[in-house]
Amino acid sequence: MAEVHKRKKPLAVNPLKASQTMGAALAYLGFNRAMPLMHGSQGCTAFAKVFFVRHFREPIPLQTTAMDQVSSIMGADDNIVEALTTISEKQKPALIGICSTGLAETQGTDMRRAITEFRQQHPEFDKVAVVAASTPDFSGCFETGFALAMKEIISALIPEASRAGSRARQVNVLCGSHLTPGDLEFISDSIESFGLRPLLIPDLSASLDGHLPSEEYSPLTTGGLTLDELQTAVESRATLVIGPSLHDAARVLEQRSGVPTHSFPHLHSLQQVDRWMMTLSELSGVEVPTRWRRHRSQLQDAMLDTHFMLGHLRVAIAADPDLLLALHDLVVSMGGQVVTAVAAAKGPALKQLALEQVQVGDLEDLELDARAQKVEMLIGNSHLLETAERLHRPLLRAGFPQYDHVGGFQRVWCGYRGIQQALFDIANLKLSQHEEIAPYYSIYAQKRNEREQQPRAAEG
Amino acid sequence: MKAKDIAELLDEPACEHNTKSKSGCAKPKPGASAGGCAFDGAQIALLPIADVAHIVHGPIACAGSSWDNRGTRSSGPTLYRVGMTTDLTEQDVIMGRGEKRLFHSIKQAIDGYSPNAIFVYNTCVPALIGDDVDAVCKAATERWGVPVVPVDGAGFYGTKNLGNRIAGEAMFKHVIGTREPDPLPPGSERPGIKVHDVNLIGEYNIAGEFWHVLPLLDELGIRVLCTLSGDARFHEVQSMHRAEVNMMVCSKAMVNVARKMESAYGIPWFEGSFYGITDTSQALRDFARLIGDPDLSARTEALIEREESRIRAALEPWRARLGGKRVLLYTGGVKSWSVVSALQDLGMKVVATGTKKSTEEDKARIRELMGEDTKMIEEGGAKELINIVHEYKADILIAGGRNLYTALKARIPFLDINQEREFGYAGYEGMLELVRQLALTIESPIWPAVREPAPWGERSDSIEPLQLAEVNHG
Repeated sequence: MAEVHKRKKPLAVNPLKASQTMGAALAYLGFNRAMPLMHGSQGCTAFAKVFFVRHFREPIPLQTTAMDQVSSIMGADDNIVEALTTISEKQKPALIGICSTGLAETQGTDMRRAITEFRQQHPEFDKVAVVAASTPDFSGCFETGFALAMKEIISALIPEASRAGSRARQVNVLCGSHLTPGDLEFISDSIESFGLRPLLIPDLSASLDGHLPSEEYSPLTTGGLTLDELQTAVESRATLVIGPSLHDAARVLEQRSGVPTHSFPHLHSLQQVDRWMMTLSELSGVEVPTRWRRHRSQLQDAMLDTHFMLGHLRVAIAADPDLLLALHDLVVSMGGQVVTAVAAAKGPALKQLALEQVQVGDLEDLELDARAQKVEMLIGNSHLLETAERLHRPLLRAGFPQYDHVGGFQRVWCGYRGIQQALFDIANLKLSQHEEIAPYYSIYAQKRNEREQQPRAAEG
Repeated sequence: MKAKDIAELLDEPACEHNTKSKSGCAKPKPGASAGGCAFDGAQIALLPIADVAHIVHGPIACAGSSWDNRGTRSSGPTLYRVGMTTDLTEQDVIMGRGEKRLFHSIKQAIDGYSPNAIFVYNTCVPALIGDDVDAVCKAATERWGVPVVPVDGAGFYGTKNLGNRIAGEAMFKHVIGTREPDPLPPGSERPGIKVHDVNLIGEYNIAGEFWHVLPLLDELGIRVLCTLSGDARFHEVQSMHRAEVNMMVCSKAMVNVARKMESAYGIPWFEGSFYGITDTSQALRDFARLIGDPDLSARTEALIEREESRIRAALEPWRARLGGKRVLLYTGGVKSWSVVSALQDLGMKVVATGTKKSTEEDKARIRELMGEDTKMIEEGGAKELINIVHEYKADILIAGGRNLYTALKARIPFLDINQEREFGYAGYEGMLELVRQLALTIESPIWPAVREPAPWGERSDSIEPLQLAEVNHG
């Protein structure tokens, strides 16, 4: 268990953290015909929209309660009612997911009361589900906001029931914010390969996987889990939870439904993927299919090939806690060393982190420590690019946001194949950095003038 | 900021919106709003000042999702690229520790990065709990001797446009006129050329595009004291009051700066643009005209003739490819007319344009440029834009990055015209980049591949989630 070092300076420089509010919005985006609604000033939403659009390279549905000067002071709960009404009228969504900003929470918003008011005033919109999560940006980080929204979604939209297992082949998966749409596709594929039916909560693999739908324009999410499907979660055979940050949400689901939970910290290491396959095999009574056996042996071979590059590799990682744990385990399982670890905020994953210390902080913290620790490679989001350039070290992009790199949003990290590719990429980055021994020129050598001629070529 | 100060900023006599009830500064509608806030506008307007430490005072969302914007370029310092925020915590908010954290943050920025100045951007949460940012900045300036400038543009004060004005106001009030310009660098004098000092306001050096224009001004003997704010330095902003002419580039967002400098220092200003051949030439002529140096005017005309014939020759092969293509131009703002002239220089036809933020004067200019049958789009929802593209048979949508993926999902060629873009289109030279980018998307071979259905025919949507296919109760 790592010792968590708290922030020790007043100013955050080159922030790593993205807001809770945005994390919650992402959770809502994994549902079909959904509209996330940020309760705050309209800039909060504009910034978040740009953030997501640049990362996913997709149009992103996102609305705002547009708090202005008067409502910020006199109370903006009416703005919630007005926004819910307008969105319901114009876009006819299945779900509106409210996430509050620091502004709204500082003012003291009462979202529940506003929703009740909306229900009373507009019975015609009874079919529109509304969920609210309190996610001010002065607490937590992207991951905690995502987890809070998940908990609220489950509490609000999944009925209490005692029909666990009545859909004997259906398996719930609570998918952490560290998983990409590509990861979710692996998760679905692997579950289906055992003859089981995955219910991904939320399902970003269908909404934000970068597909080209036949309709030209949709103001809401296209794809994603439908609310009807969500309600069947109480009838599933089991719930698989990926990411320690979702344990609270998982507990609520288990309490409501009696569906047993199986927890996975991540699927970024051979051991965890093995556990995953064995769990699916036990749940289905089906043997692990040949293709996974083959992928596993390919991964083993890749581990042999790349352990020369990854062994003792000194790595710095900056990420939210779940992703930090996943990437740490990936590196350490290959004999690499995570010498600098920075988390955007505290989270349950940090307790499982087999490191001496982890800093809750920003990318300046990472840069200073990475320099001191003579780090050889950085893993983190696109903001780390300039840090990497200053340190003259390669960067492997992971997490949010990745705006300078096409396709990063859907890269597959999970499963034998995903791990294999990550190992290749890390190994290649390391190879690109190989340091040669500087030639020594003997004072007695007969190689005339070579020393003088040499430096030019070496520089180039 | 007090309500009265905001009202004063909204009342901008040099802006034609002023007389209209429906202005670019109207109240946003909950559940149906897009666009940035005052903080966004204030930060965008000043962030390009490269040697300043820009501290965002607030919880993480304001800086966390907006720092590290790569649009604008600096020829020197990169301090503006370093994201700084007080990242307020719940405890700070509850216990009222924001001011103290800000004060120490300023110290940390000075110690760590030795900035020439610090700008502190106020945001919603500290504005609501009443942090006295002005007082903290004043105290910090006195204590550490580095200028610390408050920019009080909390998001809930209003729109991005208001934020631009707040930024301009902060510069006028705290920075402009606090230092005399440097003497001309030795060796820069040329016989027979008298050097004149000017400023540009509202030019952001996106993708370095102003560097297409600056060599021409150098050649003419026009010294840019300061560009507010592309590739600017703090000490350049300080010396802006000594210019002979101000040019408002493309937009009226910081028109308050030009107007106030006119009344305080008697500096005349004009509105112009460096997009397109016609407008670039016009801007150069306007400088010469307002400066009133006949020799400069003569040299300007000679330069224009030389540059125009050079660029027209270079564009000739492109005109053949792009001429007659139909454009929907949606800049969502006042830049419309300047881009129109650039496109017309290429023989393209603008069939519709956005006028949501345009003034009556802008609209008259658009009509004059493009004829009466041009569609003016007041309300630009994404769906509406796509419909207009089809209805007017546009070959390309030119708009801000916000609409990029909307256009692509509708399989429409697209060119990004806003500040996030990666390519510079300004000046004569910028036209060559513009035609390259236009041709790249319009002539791309991908369009049939993404528009035509798969050979096995059109099923509703082949990428619908698997779960929908079979819901079994097995």
